[in-house]
Order: sequence, then structure tokens, then C-alpha cells
Amino acid sequence: MSSTTAGIVFIVSLLVALALVHVPLGDYMYRVFSARKHNRLERGIYKVIGVDPEAEQKWSVYAKSVLAFSLISVLVLYGFQRLQDKLFLSLGFAPVPDHVAWNTAVSFVTNTNWQAYSGESTMGYLVQMSGLAVQNFVSAAVGMAVAIAFVRGFARRKTEDLGNFWVDLTRATLRILLPIAVLGAIVLIAGGVVQNFTDPHAVTTLTGGQQTITGGAVASQEAIKDLGTNGGGYYNANSAHPFENPTAWTNWVEIFLLLVISFSLPRTFGRLVGQKRQGYAIVAVMAVLAIVSITATTAAQVAHHGTVPEAVAAASEGTEQRFGIVDSAMFAASTTLTSTGSVNSFHDSYTSLGGAVLLLNMMLGEVAPGGVGSGLYGMLILAVITVFVAGLMVGRTPEFLGKKIGPREIKLASLYFLVTPALVLIGSAIAMAFAKTRASMLNSGPHGFSEVLYAFTSASNNNGSAFAGITVNTPFYDTALGLCMAFGRFLPIILVLALAGSLAKQAPVPESVGTLPTHRPQFIGMVVGLTLVLVALTFFPALALGPLAEGIH
Amino acid sequence: MSTPTLQHAPAAPQPPKPRRATGGLLDPGMLAGSLPAAVRKLDPRVMWRNPVMLIVEIGAVWTTILAARDLSAFSVLIAVWLWLTVVFANLAEAVAEGRGKAQADTLRNAKKDTTARRLLGWKPGADLSEEDVPAAQLQQGDIVVVEAGQIIPGDGDVIEGIASVDESAITGESAPVIRESGGDRSAVTGGTKVLSDRIVVRITQKPGESFIDAMIALVEGAARQKTPNEIALNILLSALTIIFLVATVTMQPFAIFAKANNPGVLDTTALDGNGVTGIVMVSLLVCLIPTTIGALLSAIGIAGMDRLVQRNVLAMSGRAVEAAGDVNTLLLDKTGTITLGNRQASAFLPVGTTTQDQLADAAQLSSLADETPEGRSIVVYAKQAYGLRERHPGELAHAQWIPFAAQTRMSGVDLDGRQLRKGAASAVAGWVRDHGGVVSPALGDAVDGISASGGTPLVVGEVSNGQARVLGVIHLKDVVKAGMRERFDHMRAMGIRTIMVTGDNPMTAKAIAAEAGVDDFLAEAKPEDKMAFIKKEQEGGRLVAMTGDGTNDAPALAQADVGVAMNTGTSAAKEAGNMVDLDSDPTKLIEIVEIGKQLLITRGALTTFSIANDIAKYFAIIPALFVTLYPGLDALNIMRLSSPQSAILSAVIFNALVIIALIPLALRGVQYKPSSASKLLSRNLYLYGLGGVIAPFIGIKLIDLLIQFTPGL
Repeated sequence: MSSTTAGIVFIVSLLVALALVHVPLGDYMYRVFSARKHNRLERGIYKVIGVDPEAEQKWSVYAKSVLAFSLISVLVLYGFQRLQDKLFLSLGFAPVPDHVAWNTAVSFVTNTNWQAYSGESTMGYLVQMSGLAVQNFVSAAVGMAVAIAFVRGFARRKTEDLGNFWVDLTRATLRILLPIAVLGAIVLIAGGVVQNFTDPHAVTTLTGGQQTITGGAVASQEAIKDLGTNGGGYYNANSAHPFENPTAWTNWVEIFLLLVISFSLPRTFGRLVGQKRQGYAIVAVMAVLAIVSITATTAAQVAHHGTVPEAVAAASEGTEQRFGIVDSAMFAASTTLTSTGSVNSFHDSYTSLGGAVLLLNMMLGEVAPGGVGSGLYGMLILAVITVFVAGLMVGRTPEFLGKKIGPREIKLASLYFLVTPALVLIGSAIAMAFAKTRASMLNSGPHGFSEVLYAFTSASNNNGSAFAGITVNTPFYDTALGLCMAFGRFLPIILVLALAGSLAKQAPVPESVGTLPTHRPQFIGMVVGLTLVLVALTFFPALALGPLAEGIH
Repeated sequence: MSTPTLQHAPAAPQPPKPRRATGGLLDPGMLAGSLPAAVRKLDPRVMWRNPVMLIVEIGAVWTTILAARDLSAFSVLIAVWLWLTVVFANLAEAVAEGRGKAQADTLRNAKKDTTARRLLGWKPGADLSEEDVPAAQLQQGDIVVVEAGQIIPGDGDVIEGIASVDESAITGESAPVIRESGGDRSAVTGGTKVLSDRIVVRITQKPGESFIDAMIALVEGAARQKTPNEIALNILLSALTIIFLVATVTMQPFAIFAKANNPGVLDTTALDGNGVTGIVMVSLLVCLIPTTIGALLSAIGIAGMDRLVQRNVLAMSGRAVEAAGDVNTLLLDKTGTITLGNRQASAFLPVGTTTQDQLADAAQLSSLADETPEGRSIVVYAKQAYGLRERHPGELAHAQWIPFAAQTRMSGVDLDGRQLRKGAASAVAGWVRDHGGVVSPALGDAVDGISASGGTPLVVGEVSNGQARVLGVIHLKDVVKAGMRERFDHMRAMGIRTIMVTGDNPMTAKAIAAEAGVDDFLAEAKPEDKMAFIKKEQEGGRLVAMTGDGTNDAPALAQADVGVAMNTGTSAAKEAGNMVDLDSDPTKLIEIVEIGKQLLITRGALTTFSIANDIAKYFAIIPALFVTLYPGLDALNIMRLSSPQSAILSAVIFNALVIIALIPLALRGVQYKPSSASKLLSRNLYLYGLGGVIAPFIGIKLIDLLIQFTPGL
């Protein structure tokens, strides 16, 4: 089997597996979020945190709960890092510097997992496990909770109630993320990923140098890193590290894990609104965008013209030989299409056009399929904007799932759409405008600019992957990217919940042949088209000066 | 059973008669005439209402300053075309408003200063003392008298008398109409003229708030408030404007960095050491923000209202027009809307030994003196179907005509010892029995059969030579107007349910509903039932439209999302509804729905077009900006524009010209054929989406071909 054939088998088998799993998993999540009963563990948790699980919240209360929970999470995580030398299992590491600690705390709470530090040489076991790993679960659960609350806005009628954040958070963690992560960890351990609590080994390498090898609960963190679209690796090399991702098939498993929940949530959405076909339409939009992106990335990597790539038949720089070009490109596309940001190859070394696709993946707002939860609500916002323009063209006040898209709804959806591009462009502009901030850049020319653009795109969209090539471990970058991550996460969440609130209040308009059908290929094509056009228009000048300037000859 | 609709019935869809406004869409005279108004609108306080165009105006001002400091053909041309962009946008609005103003002037002529003859202490039948007061001083509740040749001084209801009134001032219809006290034709409008007789009118308007005042405000656009969809669209356009503002402004540090990295590259008009030049930056921004739809948005709204006025419908708010496009359910009165309004003979069914011809003859004889529409229709039918010459009552010298009486419920004729009677089945059967005749059971079957099919049976009986017998039954039938079924099919294709409202019993209603092709019916409907039905529909999230004219329709008209009152109706009805049809044509509702839809489609189509245009403009401007830095970007210059300057200028010119080119479309509305949402979307997507992508590539290229020879470029 040639490497290209193997690559195609790899990609197609992943898509088939996702197609097979998304129905049962989506149905399962539907049952989790609509179940009446609480299990004993959950009741215990509600008692401890003092929450009445039967009480429903309106959108503002739901949003306040999300924000309060996230604020406390940031503070705890910050405290853990700053005090790690006084806590257990610190492996003797010093406290993390303040700007790095802030950046890391925000990064993990926002599901970004941008890492301005090198994991194995900065943080001890306690911080990694009870700080970062816990956030890997709950930050993902927050995303799912918000998505479900948003869907309830469509599904419910004439009510202010959007569910209970604490219940959604607990269930997402305990009933969805935890069991799948445990399964995933076992599979990964079987595949050779390490899982231990040993002290670091000091070994002498073949060339006679000294190297410290850190062990740790890697497999367990690896599973949730991917499943929760977090991306924060145990090791700095992330999924390119042989302890995190030893073989081609663990690579397959990891990509599967990072796509599976986001691709299944549209099914949950379809079930919750009582129209499975709406779920199929959303997943179809995601799939079309994803397949186009994966194809484009792979094509750019395989077919790039250049002295070295042509000599070795593909752009293999920065990729692990045990994965190869296609599997690496698939991983890179998947990680930027979701909000994962874990990497198994070095994105900075990608061909300029391949890198441009990765950038564009994030610029789409990470909706194909996006982060757990955030992908679904991001895609639904795009659907709302599409419905508005298309709905006018059929001569009715636009409506989506029977809910009218009026001034308030379009205001919230437009603001949502404004947030991340504004953060990306303004952040990059500030970074490029001053000599002092430009000092972090290790490269000049269009590639140097691409690296800065990538950093702000990744942070604002809560991705977390990096092009590298810039010293981000500076107070400016730590603070600015931290702010981008925080605003890029919580402003959209507030807007989404506000939108859910105004949708839930409406009585749905019954469907007729005069209603714009939102489940047909026609509509799917429109969402894809509008998304691509809007994003391309927004970022075209920036892309033209970065990857396009570099890549078009 | 089904009887075909009468072919000679007047076709329901009357083509709209352009009455007041001229139909010419965009004659150059109108454009030129609106130019001063368009220039006046450059005032930033006016532009403020249109954020997209305000940005363009600010850009134009800045460009002018830059061009003045550094004169070149390029900078001057860009400044000029940016100003033209703003002026073209204002022109669109001014033209739309201008059409309304012409109508308002006609209306103002009707609102002459009249003197009212106010009656003091009027009571029915009481002696009258009157005083003359200026019409403007009339208060609500005042009683005035108007006689032939005088102008009615204000809106009100006739409380005494009957008169023919010339309402051409507001309806444009020269045929006079009858206005009388009581009933549903009691409302009169100020400014109309009494042609005959004398009426006493109770004034219902407040001073300065007459119907004509409302009309003037409406057609002038003074009272125009933005509708919910228009507000929503404005928000989306503002958001897009902000995004493109951010995208162009943040480009500056990127460009400076790129320029600094290529020290060998010479400065150009577009790019120097300070980044992209101000003029080019503004050009890029103006080309990207949705100026096309931003420029035409208010013109579309004004023109939508105008189209209604052209069809003689006055919408009291733009919101109502928009709601008309959203309507899910149409409530239509049966009589006058779906059917012709009176029953007509459609068959003669003989009973017993009687022949068809005998029955036809008897039916005709008994109806000769019957001047009711039903009676006339029997004579007409006998002539058409049986060739019976219409005899005149006068030629039958010995005939003694028996008029219809409520007690007997029969009418007929006594002729040479032969007595003929026609009437309700039980009445005629009773009459036959009283004269010793036997009523055969076949009659019952025939009568029941007609009733079951929704018709009305009229039985004809005879006493001849002392022998009484039933001759047969006349089948009277509601005749559905021609073309109604097609219209309801169109409605259904648009997803609108039509409900027929009738006072008939359910059986009759069902038969007519089936024949007319409505989706459902409300039988034995009382005004309360209508109200309850509307509430039930609204409860389910549906929007309901209805027409009405009577005072007892008023609550339902107010409750409905779109309530169209007939101009002939009472003031209560006109006040309760949110539209008034000056032609008093209940089928107009269907046109109103179509206009509402067309309004929304026009907005959506031009928005799509506007956004789609941006793709080509990027391909024109971005390579032009940076090709000196990165020669590879010339690959993006797929239109092969001759120079960076001509590329930028072509994009700006195209952007301005497309506004002018689309003004007719904005005023006329995009073509609308009733069909399903899916089909409509496909069509508009291809036309305005795909067309919007392709058109500017061609347009910009053509302009570039023309202007590349401009000296100084």
C-alpha cells in the first residue's frame, strides 16, 4: 500500500467511524440532557455546592453561573500555579511566573489550552492533574452546557427557562466526558501511551548527552485533551511526543476522539428540537467544510512545489515520520477545525498555503465541527445569519425552527460574529504596530506576520495551537493573548445565551410551504457559502499579506 | 356536483389602474428633478439615519481633503466618485419620496378650506338651527349637514339621510357611491363631495387628523417608521460595516510592516512608507461595506408603500405591510369576496310528470315580476338554457302579480285561472296541500339533494283547474367568482391557508368551500366566532389577515395582524383595521400579501447582491495594493486590470454606478411569482447571489477598459 493510499484509508475510515458513531452518541447525549432523574453522586454534588437541581434558570442567571464558575476556576488555577512549590507532587518546580500563570489559567478555563510554557519542565503532577486535567473536563462541559441551553432556546416555547447550568455541567462531565475519556485512556494505554507516577528518569542519550524523562498520568490527560477539544499536551511536543502518541493507530484514535463529540452534537440538537433532519443539515454543513479543508490541507502538503518537497515527494518538514504527511495533515486540519489545538506536527513548517488553510479553519470560527459545544453554537449562529438573508429572499420575516429572527436576534447574532474577527485583527494589528511588540518575532517578512496572525487567531478562537516562531512568553503576549482567549470565549457565550433567552420566549410559527426549509441541500449550500464568503472577506487583506504573499508565485 | 363558474362573471384579478402617480419608473426628468433633494440630504444630520452611507460621506470628505493637498487625476477622480456614491444613494431615496409627493399634492388639493354647516342640538326629527364654522374647527362629535354640491367637511358617519357622493378625490374612481345612515355604508370622508340629496353627518375625526391628513403623511413618507425587518437588516449591515472597517484599518500596521521589510520597493499611489494611502484605504472600505443595499434600503421601503397606494390601499403602518408578507391564514368572507354575492339559478329539476320545459316556463312566469337578483337569474337561466324568450310583465294583461311576503314566504302570479307560486319548500308544499294536492316524496329527495350540495332549493307549485301540484325545484346556487381557485392555489403554494367565513349552514359552506378551493371554512359564523378563530390561530403562532366593513367586524379587524377595512365601511371598521382599501375590493387582500412579500424579497435579494459583489472588488483592489511588494499577488488580478490605479478607480466607479442601475429595481420590487419558499430561494439565489458574484467582474473589467486611457492615471 502506497503512503497516499494509506492516507486515504486513514481519512475515509475516520469519516466512516464518525458517521457511524454520531447517531448513537448524539442520542445518548440527548437522553443525558433531557433526563429527569439525578443519580446519587450528582445529588451529592448538588447538595455540596448548594444548588437545587430542579430549579430552572433564565438566560441571565445561566450566563452568570457560567461566568462565576469560570472566574472561580481561573482563580483556583492561578493559585495552584503560583503556590505549586508549597503543594504536593511539585517535582521541585518553582512557582510559575505571574503572567504565565494568568495566561495558562485563562487558557485552560476557556478550553483554549494555549501553552506559553513547556509542560514537563514547568508544572508538577498536582497542577497537571488536579488543575489542568480538571479544567480539561469542566471547560469542555461548560461549552456543551451553553450549547444545550442555546438549543433549548429553539426547542422551548413561551418560557424564560433555559435549564440549569449546574445540572448541565455536572451531567456533561460525569455522564459524557468521564466515561468516554476513561475508555479512550484505556485504548491509548493499550496503544503504548504512558500512565505512571514515577519520578523523572535521568538518562544518558546515545550521543552521551543527559536527558530527563518525565512520566506522569499521560494517557488519562491525553484522552480528555482530545475528547474535550482542549489540546493542552502533557509534553511540550504535544501529540508529536512518542509518549503521548506513539503509533499511527493511536493517532487515528486521537483524531477520532477530538472530532467525535462535536460531530455528534448536531444529532443531539436534532433530537432536542424534535426534527432529526435539522440535525443532519447542521452536521452536513460541518462535514462539507471539514472535508474541503482536509482535502485542501492535504493537497497543499502533498503537492507543494519547492526544492525539498519535490525531492522527497511531499512537504515533510516538521512532520513525524511515524505518521507521515497525510495523517499529519489530517490531524492538523482536525485540530484547527475543532478548538483543540493539540498538534502532531509543526504547523509553522507547513507549506504557506497549507498553513493558510489551517488559519482559515480557525477563522471560520471553529464550526466544522468546532469545539465541544462551541462548535454547535457557532454553527447555529451562522445558520441564523444565513436564515436572515435567505429568509428575506422568500418574502417572509426570517424564521429558524419556527422562531423569528427579528432585530434583537440579529443584533445578538451579528455581535457574536463580530467578536472573534475583531479580536484577531485588532490584536494582530497592535502586535505588529510597535517595535517593542515586534521584538518577539523571530522571523521577518510575510511568514513572520503569519506567525503573529496565527497566534491571535488561535487564542481568540480558543484553539491553542501555535505556529511558533515568536517568543510568546512575554508579558505583552501573555496578557494580550489571555485577554483574547477570555473575550473570545465569554463574550460569545453571553451573546449566545441572550439569544437563547429571546428565542425561548417566542411561540414558534408553524411550518408551511412558505417557510424556508432549513434541512435541504440548498440551505446547507447557503450556510457553507455565506460562511466562506463572510470569513474570506473579513480576513482577505490579512491573508494576502501573510500566507498568500508567501505562497503565491 | 359542481357547476362551472359563470364565464361572463367579472374576472377577479383586476389589473391595478395607475391613477395618481405616473407609471414611469425612472424617467430622466424624475432623476434630475430629485437631484436638489438628493444634495440637500448630504446634511450629516440626515445621513445619520443611514450609517452605511454616513461612513461613505465621511470617507468622501476625508478623500477630498487629501486630494486637495496632493492633487492628481487619480485622487480627484476617487473623491468625485465617492461623492457621487453618496449622492446616488440619496437620489434613490429622493426619487422614491418624489413619487409620493406628487400623490400628496393631489390629495392636498382635495383638502380645501371648506365651511361646515354645524347643527346645534340636533336630535332625530328635531328642528334645526345651524351655524357656519371653518371645517378645521370641527370637533369630534359635532353634527354637520351637507347638501348636494357641497364638500363634506370632515370624516364621519352619516346619521340621517342618503346621498350619492363623489369620492374621486381619494379613490380616483369617478363613479359616485351611495352613502346612507345605518348599516355598513355610513362612513364618509372629509374632502369628498355630495352630488345629490342631503345627509347629516356626525364628525368622528379629531381636528387635523382626518383621513386625508393621514394619507398625505403616509404617501409623503413623513410618517414612515422603520419596520422590524428593516431595523434588523440595518443592524446586520452595520455589523458588516464594522467588520470591514476593522479589516481595512488593521491592515495598516500589516502593510507598514510589509513595506518596511522590502526597502527596495518604490512608493506608489497606493502604498508608501506610511502604509496604504488614505485615498486608497477609503476606496477599499467603501467598496467593501454594503453600500448597494445601504443606499437602496429606504427607497425600497418607501416604494413598497407606494405600490400599495397605487393599488388604492392605504397602510397605516409599514409594519402592517411587512406583516402581510408573513401572513399564514387569510380569512375571506364568502359573499362578495369568493362568490358573486347573490345566488343564481343553475338547474330546473321537475318532479312527477312535469317536463323540463313546463317547469322552466312556470319558473320564468312566476319570476317575471321578481326584481331580486335571484328572481332575475331565473329568467336569465330559462332563456339561456331553454331558449325561453323573456316576457315582460306588461304583455300578460290578465296577470295578477303576487309579491313576496314574509308571512307566506312565496311569490308568484295568477294568470287566467292558473296560479303559480314559488318559494321555500315547506311553504309551497303547504300551499299545494291546502289546495288539495298531494306532494310526492320525490320533492323531498330533490330538495335535500340541492341542500346537500350547498344550493338553495326554490319549489315551484301550481294550481290549475282546481288541481294543485308541485312542478319541480329551482336550484339556486352561489356562484364562485372566476379565477378564485387559481388564486387560492397560489396562496397554498406560498404556504398561506385560506379560510372562508360564511353565515351559511355547514353543509352549504362545505360545498362552496370545495368548489372555490379554499382550505377550510367557518360556517354559521357570528362576529364573535371570527374573533375566537383569529385568537386561536394567533395562539398557534400564525399571522392572520382579514377584510371587513361592518361595525361588528371592528374587533376582529383590530385583532387580526393585517386588517383591511373597506372604504365603504363604517368608520369604526376603518379605525380598527391597519389598512383601508379605497376600492373596497375584498380580494385585494391577496395582492396586499404579494406586495408584502415582494418588499421583503427585494431587500433580501439586494443584500445578497451587495455582499456577493465584494468578492470581485477584493480581486480588483488587493492585488493592486500589494503587487509591487509581492509580485506573486498579480496572480489574484484575474480580471487583468490595466494598472493598480485604474483597478481601484474601476471598483469605486462600479460601486457607485450599480446604485443608479438598481434604483428601478428597488422602486419596482423584484419580480415575484407565487411559489414555494424553496423555489423562490433557488431563483433569487441564482439571480442575485450568483449574479452578484459575476456581474462586478464584468462591470469592473469594462470600466477599466474605458478609463485606462484617462490622462494622468
